[in-house]
Amino acid sequence: MLQTRPRVALFVTCLVDLYRPTVGFAAIKLLEEAGCQVEVPEVQTCCGQPAYNTGDRATAKDLARNVIDAFLPYDHVVAPSGSCAGMIGHHYPGLFGDEDPHYRGKAEALAAKTHELVSFLTDVLGVDAVKARYEGVVTYHDSCSGLRELGIKAQPRKLLGSVDGLVLKELPDSEVCCGFGGTFCVKYPDISVRMVSDKAKDVRETGADTLLAGDMGCLLNMAGRLQREGAAVKVRHVAEVLAGMTNDAAPIGETK
Amino acid sequence: MSKDAILGAIRRGLKRGPLPADQAAMLEGRIAAHPRHLIPARSRLPRPEQIALFIKNVEKEFGTVERIADVSAVPAAITDYLAAQNLPARLVMAPHPELEAIDWSSRPLLARETRRAQDGDLVSLQHAWAGVAETGTLFFPSDPVRPATLNLLPETEIVLLRASAIVGAYEEAWDRLRAERKDPLTGGWMPRNLMLVTGPSRSADIEQTLELGAHGPRRLHILLVEDEAAPREMSRAEARAQATAQPGTPATPGD
Amino acid sequence: MVHLTSPAFKENATRALADPGLQKALARTKPQFHGKRAKAVAGLPEFEQLREIGKNIKNHTLANLDFYLERYAAKVEEAGGKVHWCSTADEARAAVLRICRDAGAKTVTKGKSMISEELGINDHLESHGITPVETDLGEYILQLRKEPPSHIIGPAFHLNREDWEESFRESHTDLDPKRVFTERRDILTEARTKLRSRFLAADVGITGANFLIAETGSSVIVTNEGNGDLTQTLPKVHIALASIEKVVPTLEDATSLLRLLARSATGQDFSVYTTFSTGVRRQGDLDGPEEYHVVLIDNGRSNMIGTEFQEMLRCIRCAACMNHCPVYGVTGGHAYGWVYPGPMGSVLTPTLVGVDKAGHLPNASTFCGRCESVCPVKIPLPKLMRHWREREFERHLTPGTVRTNLGLWAWFAKRPAMYRAATRLGIGALSLLGKGKGKFGWMPLAEGWTRGRDLPAPEPGGTFMARYAKTRRNGR
Repeated sequence: MLQTRPRVALFVTCLVDLYRPTVGFAAIKLLEEAGCQVEVPEVQTCCGQPAYNTGDRATAKDLARNVIDAFLPYDHVVAPSGSCAGMIGHHYPGLFGDEDPHYRGKAEALAAKTHELVSFLTDVLGVDAVKARYEGVVTYHDSCSGLRELGIKAQPRKLLGSVDGLVLKELPDSEVCCGFGGTFCVKYPDISVRMVSDKAKDVRETGADTLLAGDMGCLLNMAGRLQREGAAVKVRHVAEVLAGMTNDAAPIGETK
Repeated sequence: MSKDAILGAIRRGLKRGPLPADQAAMLEGRIAAHPRHLIPARSRLPRPEQIALFIKNVEKEFGTVERIADVSAVPAAITDYLAAQNLPARLVMAPHPELEAIDWSSRPLLARETRRAQDGDLVSLQHAWAGVAETGTLFFPSDPVRPATLNLLPETEIVLLRASAIVGAYEEAWDRLRAERKDPLTGGWMPRNLMLVTGPSRSADIEQTLELGAHGPRRLHILLVEDEAAPREMSRAEARAQATAQPGTPATPGD
Repeated sequence: MVHLTSPAFKENATRALADPGLQKALARTKPQFHGKRAKAVAGLPEFEQLREIGKNIKNHTLANLDFYLERYAAKVEEAGGKVHWCSTADEARAAVLRICRDAGAKTVTKGKSMISEELGINDHLESHGITPVETDLGEYILQLRKEPPSHIIGPAFHLNREDWEESFRESHTDLDPKRVFTERRDILTEARTKLRSRFLAADVGITGANFLIAETGSSVIVTNEGNGDLTQTLPKVHIALASIEKVVPTLEDATSLLRLLARSATGQDFSVYTTFSTGVRRQGDLDGPEEYHVVLIDNGRSNMIGTEFQEMLRCIRCAACMNHCPVYGVTGGHAYGWVYPGPMGSVLTPTLVGVDKAGHLPNASTFCGRCESVCPVKIPLPKLMRHWREREFERHLTPGTVRTNLGLWAWFAKRPAMYRAATRLGIGALSLLGKGKGKFGWMPLAEGWTRGRDLPAPEPGGTFMARYAKTRRNGR
């Protein structure tokens, strides 16, 4: 019987594209190792979340149409981000009302096959272990959209548990927001900095040497604060560790 | 008129006029049927366990319970309780027939007055109409024989409750109230005041830290009369069957 | 009325963050609210199903609100009560004053009521020579301190023990100024004693209402202290203030919502006093009021029906959203600048005072979604806040710089080729600047970020898309 490999389109996300390409390559590696045929549609820019959350629905819709048209032909759409996957998987259909049934239908179809990377590996592909090694004590922050919109909590812990040498130390209040919140972090910097400072304190108190999460926004925020405080905590996207690619790039905000 | 303005605005929002008669009749039907929703499984227990659950929940909420064999044990139980709490042997009591029928002669030093509560009363003796096992809650429908002030003004409230008056869930108390009570004013069954009391008064307004005895009683002591001579032993299986049979289907929009 | 400072939310928040007393108080949120709610919810395995039921009960009622309100009012009158329908805050204030004057009232005791704060009942009565006395412990100290509440169920949440002692010494001048408060209980006992005489002297008692019941014409209050019961039982007149969305059809409906309320609010299985009031004292009753008035208030709520904000009318005022809000958790309630703080306030306040004045509130959220996840009636609070942001954007209330930046970004994001070229250049430049540093301590146009955080530099080597294109060309 001929089994075809699922065609997966990688939604890179703008922050990974601009800030952390290694996460994109790690995602491709993990997906390919799990038997997927990965493609990266070239016309992708951004899922539209900044516009959507600023109240600019028209722009959000324009961007959503681009994404829908580019990604609908694939079997699955996977993003190394709970936030962007949540935008496509939860919010796109609601952008198109009765006045646009055509795109509403397409948005719903796309939403149904859009996944966050780690939960796609475990829940759809049935991956329960990765071949990777990471020497270190790691703590994990549950990013809000992934946690509450997509129910991502056990999945990364399960795969991290299979990484040789890795010790996971739970972060107290790992479900509390780090204060990033997209444009919130620059619109209300005082509040945001206080929130991320509380988070940094919790992270430091775990004694872990590495902080992981599944969303670049949160990671940049937490890395930025930890480094401002001079904390010796390495910050990385969870995919880098799962793909065994931590030698490909220095931790976020560091040079070596 | 404001009434018309408010109703008009609501109807504009709902994009309709006043409800047509048939739809209004359906809603009246829903009120008359007062469907139960979900009744938590925790109180679906065989009878003795239900009573035990009631006691456990009262104690969890800082109330105290003393089990007594019958009403004749009330005078001694109260005298001993007041002595143990260093309280004077004096109380103000609801004019409830069950309380008035008690033979107090064995404790002549216990001073009693039958009336509503006033400022300065230290101890009240009240009659509970029902107890709800689900949360250890007492039902006090106001009545000429059950003044509400007895639940409020004294620092110590002693309550007489018959074990047979304990039900599992609030819904069972509602049905009992509907069946048993007739209101002199409305002809319905709802009393002017119905207090559901769960433990003694408290406040957490000072630093979110719990302190007992805010404005109401600091102590709530229940004398539980074990009047269920031979409580029918409902098996766990029966109790479960009843639990699944009883809850109504959840209300759905438009039902 | 609570003085509106919502337009200054940002400044309020900055001040709050620097207030050590407030921060000490806010640190109690986690142990006192989160843990207790979680424990109570875990103790009721059916809690999630009940949330859905609660939502459906409220939705059903709102879809038939006109019917249930009329049904409720008819039942109140049947039990000898009177319903005063009030479209506006002015009408409601006038109705309360009229009832108090008709009763010849000099002092009025009050149970805790947020709608009373919304209407500014106290100031109105005072300006007409009637003395209102707040009897909820938290409201009482706020009245002494002339402060608004900072939380909808724990109004004095922002105060510490020192504040209580100081205020009591200042206000209770008839007591020994050298008395010692060794325990919290001493503060409580003093308040109990002080308020007891006020309860007994009051001519009218004013409470709020957690629910109104159409089946029986009852108003329901839920308290722990017993002050609400003393307020409505001792004086000869009881006024219940209630907004129109408080009505539910039956006792069974109220019961399901009550199972959610205390667990979500204080983490109790049930509050100490849940009291149903129906009409006037019956013949032969030894206590209870001779007059029972319900002041039924719209004040902008009917305008929410049929709009995207209708879901907000499901709110049962448990405060779980603010208790679990990471923003409220560091700014406290006063920063929000009006009666209702936290996520529920961020949706409700713009409706009631105008989004032009309360525009900050729906923006001051990271959309972390924790509020929605704990809401007992499943109000999609982030979604409703986003709707406000949309209205602000439509009405050009969104700040100009935000609009400009967003517009510029959107222009590129809609044009993939241009976007690719621009990001390649931008990231190239940024990488160059950050070379060997890995991060920036300061960055023009990103001061909001860099004031309290470093800005990580992009990973060297260009954007993902550029690198990926290269690997493809090299036929990896």
